[in-house]
Amino acid sequence: METREKDLLFKIADLHEIPQGAYNLRKNGEGVQRHSSANIEIKPKEDKPGIDIIVKPGTRGESVHIPVIITAEGLSDLVYNTFYIGENADVLIVAGCGIHNPGTKKSQHDGIHNFIIAKGAHVKYVEKHYGEGEGTGEKILNPQTNIELAEGASAEMEMVQIRGVDSTKRVTKAVLGREAHLVITERMLTHGQQVAESDMLIDLEGGDSTVQIISRSVAQEQSKQVFYPRVAGFNKCRGHVQCDAIIMDQATVRAIPEITAYHADAQLVHEAAIGRIAGEQIIKLMTLGLSAKEAEETILQGFMK
Amino acid sequence: MLELKNICYLPENDNRTITVLEDVNLTLEKNRFYVITGPNGGGKSSLAKIIMGIYQPTSGKIYFEGQDITDLSITERARLGIGYAFQQPPRFKGITVEEMLSLSSVKKDKASDLTGSGCNFLFDVGLCPKDYEHREINVSLSGGELKRIEIASLLSRDCRLAVFDEPEAGIDLWSFSKLTEIFTGLKKKPDVCTVIISHQERILQLADEVIIVAEGRVKEKGDKENLLDQIIDKCDCRKDCVERA
Repeated sequence: METREKDLLFKIADLHEIPQGAYNLRKNGEGVQRHSSANIEIKPKEDKPGIDIIVKPGTRGESVHIPVIITAEGLSDLVYNTFYIGENADVLIVAGCGIHNPGTKKSQHDGIHNFIIAKGAHVKYVEKHYGEGEGTGEKILNPQTNIELAEGASAEMEMVQIRGVDSTKRVTKAVLGREAHLVITERMLTHGQQVAESDMLIDLEGGDSTVQIISRSVAQEQSKQVFYPRVAGFNKCRGHVQCDAIIMDQATVRAIPEITAYHADAQLVHEAAIGRIAGEQIIKLMTLGLSAKEAEETILQGFMK
Repeated sequence: MLELKNICYLPENDNRTITVLEDVNLTLEKNRFYVITGPNGGGKSSLAKIIMGIYQPTSGKIYFEGQDITDLSITERARLGIGYAFQQPPRFKGITVEEMLSLSSVKKDKASDLTGSGCNFLFDVGLCPKDYEHREINVSLSGGELKRIEIASLLSRDCRLAVFDEPEAGIDLWSFSKLTEIFTGLKKKPDVCTVIISHQERILQLADEVIIVAEGRVKEKGDKENLLDQIIDKCDCRKDCVERA
């Protein structure tokens, strides 16, 4: 692997080398390396581009890495990945996409991820997006994530846009069964003329299901962000939506959390806050010897951590 | 160590000039422990913020160890060894107590030293390091916890001039004893000048010198033996100036 590809891989998946366990590495629109483990099978789809990831019931403590890297300009990559997580399994899935666009034509990756999480299973999913490149070509990422959580299943979804993505439209949908739990943490940084939109629709169908959505974003320069997290409660359930944004320069942020209760025992809460970095925070860190710029970076790093 | 010469601070508010500090002259020496007291709105916190560089004086000069620091930024003053603990510290989403102490400490690479048994500033302020080091400095902390972390962050800085702005505000009575212990310990540190803004009699009792600031001026400065009686027994604004813990 070239140094540039290694750098991208490290940024999006914290990987220095090919990982242990099951993995699928996709580069410039093609699967280039794949490995299944005894308990986790990865196989290509027969009807469309993408892979099926099948985790055997009871698999615990194993991980799956499925990073995507694009280093070519003018590439449009659409991929469908389906995760079948067996009953009572507990696995870590590390995804993510890094684009290095060296030219003037746009490069785009649209990952459609479907999670079917069986009874009692737990998934931690980490997805990082990153763009770079010396050319003017846009870096575009439009992920779609669909999650089905069966009775007693749970998922922690950590979705991060590090920086350098010119345009993104994220769509996240989930349906929760009885006593299923979902935590979605979304962190996003935009700068320059970038635009980002995140739509979420979470249906709490099962009794005693819970969802927590935490969105933290930083909008710099002239970038624009729109957040539209929606939670609907159809049963006795609990949902909490929290959108926090730091706005800087001439950026625009819209946060429109929506909660809908179809059941008298649905407890749903939303909160949204947009604001600049508080002057007191900068001053406090300056009193510790940091410059104003270092103070700002420290605050943003903490906020987006 | 620190000399304020003819400091005036006259900020504008709604096109009106407000006199916050007027012709303040003050000299502070190292190895001395000063407590600034006086009525609310008298200019104590503004004076502390002028020393740290958070407010810029309208006129006058500030010298720190002989160097004119009047035009130096907050950062530059901090790097010279001046420290300030806020009366109302800000909160930080995502920054943990351990990270804040690591930022404030001179031992930048040894965050564990700050919360471990070797150099335990959190323990000193009455907080269990294991319970607090990984907590974010956000709304989940009470005002008293936040205040104690603020004090710990200044203690970890190893300053030559440390200014604490009403450190007792929001601290419960049990922690108050701990606080007086901390300041008693600070008095033993060589070559350090400590300034505490306080209304508390127990903190005033620790002072080598008491400074009374009122109506934007230094009204009195002298040995506590002389001034305490005056404040506690004779001061008309006694309820405003001094509280007994």
